[in-house]
Amino acid sequence: MVLAKDYDSVMGRANEIMKKALGLDYQEFESGSIAFDYEALMKSTNYTLEEVAKIQAKTAVGNTPLIELRNLSTLSRKYAKPGYGARIFAKDEAANVSGSFKARRAACAVAHAKKLGYKGVIAATSGNYGAAVASQAAMQGLECIVVQECYDSKGVGQPEIIEKARKCEAYGAEVVQLTVGPELFYSFLSIMEDTGYFNASLYSPFGIAGVETLGYEIAMQCRELLGKDPDMVVCTNAGGGMITGTARGLLKAGCTNTEIVAASIDLTGLHMASDSQFNKKSCTTGHTGFGVPYATDPDHSDVPRSAARTLRYADRYVTVTQGEVMYITEALANLEGIERGPAGNTSLAAAFSLAQELPEDAILVISETEYTGAGKHIQPQLAFARDNGIDIIFGDPAKEDKPGVNIVLPKDPGYIKHQEADINRFRQSLINRACKKAGVTNPSEADLKFLAEETKTNVEFVKKTLGL
Amino acid sequence: MSKKGDWVRIHSIVLKAEERTGRIPEDTQKCDFQQWTKGFLQDESANIGDEVTVKTAANRIVKGTLIEETPYYTHSYGKFVPEIIEIDKQLRQIMFGGDK
Repeated sequence: MVLAKDYDSVMGRANEIMKKALGLDYQEFESGSIAFDYEALMKSTNYTLEEVAKIQAKTAVGNTPLIELRNLSTLSRKYAKPGYGARIFAKDEAANVSGSFKARRAACAVAHAKKLGYKGVIAATSGNYGAAVASQAAMQGLECIVVQECYDSKGVGQPEIIEKARKCEAYGAEVVQLTVGPELFYSFLSIMEDTGYFNASLYSPFGIAGVETLGYEIAMQCRELLGKDPDMVVCTNAGGGMITGTARGLLKAGCTNTEIVAASIDLTGLHMASDSQFNKKSCTTGHTGFGVPYATDPDHSDVPRSAARTLRYADRYVTVTQGEVMYITEALANLEGIERGPAGNTSLAAAFSLAQELPEDAILVISETEYTGAGKHIQPQLAFARDNGIDIIFGDPAKEDKPGVNIVLPKDPGYIKHQEADINRFRQSLINRACKKAGVTNPSEADLKFLAEETKTNVEFVKKTLGL
Repeated sequence: MSKKGDWVRIHSIVLKAEERTGRIPEDTQKCDFQQWTKGFLQDESANIGDEVTVKTAANRIVKGTLIEETPYYTHSYGKFVPEIIEIDKQLRQIMFGGDK
């Protein structure tokens, strides 16, 4: 029988396609109400942290260096009150085989696909994850298809995304490039159904389990190098996988007092599905356009329940601007001799400012760097912005930044200042959405406990949010 | 002209503007949902603009309009951006008082 491949028919078979493509039935984790068993979902991978580390070691993933950024720490102290300005360290994730921490997620997902006997893997991503899956598929002998949201309706794409397509192809993958819009999911499902390949989703428990080694390594390296746990870990935040996996790894290592901070580039005002605004942004990930919707409603990804859940782990959520990230990327190259891609440096821009709140002997770690190359570098990204009518100026980002209109490079490093987002508002938003989605007005005790865990709060906070 | 087995790039309209979902911004709603991919040409020969079939790197058979023969990447390190060397100059001034 030939299946109808029109939009409505394919979308109507979404659950069935997903189940086949993940080898996992999410129904078994559902309570039928708001709550689902998150820890059972994470355990369903059946891989311990040690086993994950073994899988990664086999494919040149993990055990990346932890580098002290001495000059940037010194520079940051110039803008802090006496005795303040933490030591900043970077986990150099660009050293992973495909050039980013995403290799950790891909290693596990691809190994699992191979174990289950799938012939190939498929991933929907315009980011580093595509290259990571393609690289792992090449190593482990599976076919690979990467589906990218890449162009506006005129066929113009961000240089950063084009570079990631090139990298996927270099590893032997097919790259399907699409114009802006949520219908990407339809194309993705349709190809998945035709090929029978494994859905190497960014948000599967296998992917997130792969990131736990990152947090664990940070803890162990800090203890070995410095004799203490990190005081603060800052994670660039988009879909939530980085912060979730890193925090879980830190907790597994026993770092219970480490403050976990999510950092995103503020792109308020730009609509992510807008054709005309698609090329008005000058960074393609690590921004609030992904970060906030995924934090407040994790379950709108390409799996029924996302294993990446930002608000379960974040103590704070801060934002920085595009100009600050561009500036700090140049500073990393110029003062530390480390040239890396801009998007991964979102956490570094935030860390430069957050360090000034902490005493001099405090340890602040940024959880990643990413590779740089043609297109994926501040010069092509700024040049592309200028060609698209974006003003590039020096000034005070906090006062002058207008995403889609300008990029405000800080007029000196003292103007790199993170903004504190109202994390309690995000938490309330998650609680209200979760109730609405489940159609529940009278949550059970189990639901209340679940929502408290989902938001790193307590039952009282949840009740107050819901007016109970 | 491309011959069978040549590496080419194809384009297709997945959904016409009027077939798109309603939950997207107005400007996007007015555009077709388009797709590009690459592969080995399966037809005996074809010219730009022809409807063709390709076999992709993942061995999928896909149809579309031939838009590029022997496609290659042209993204680069971009044009000169004078602000970048301003940043370098400033950082050296603050850290080392000018020249190192």
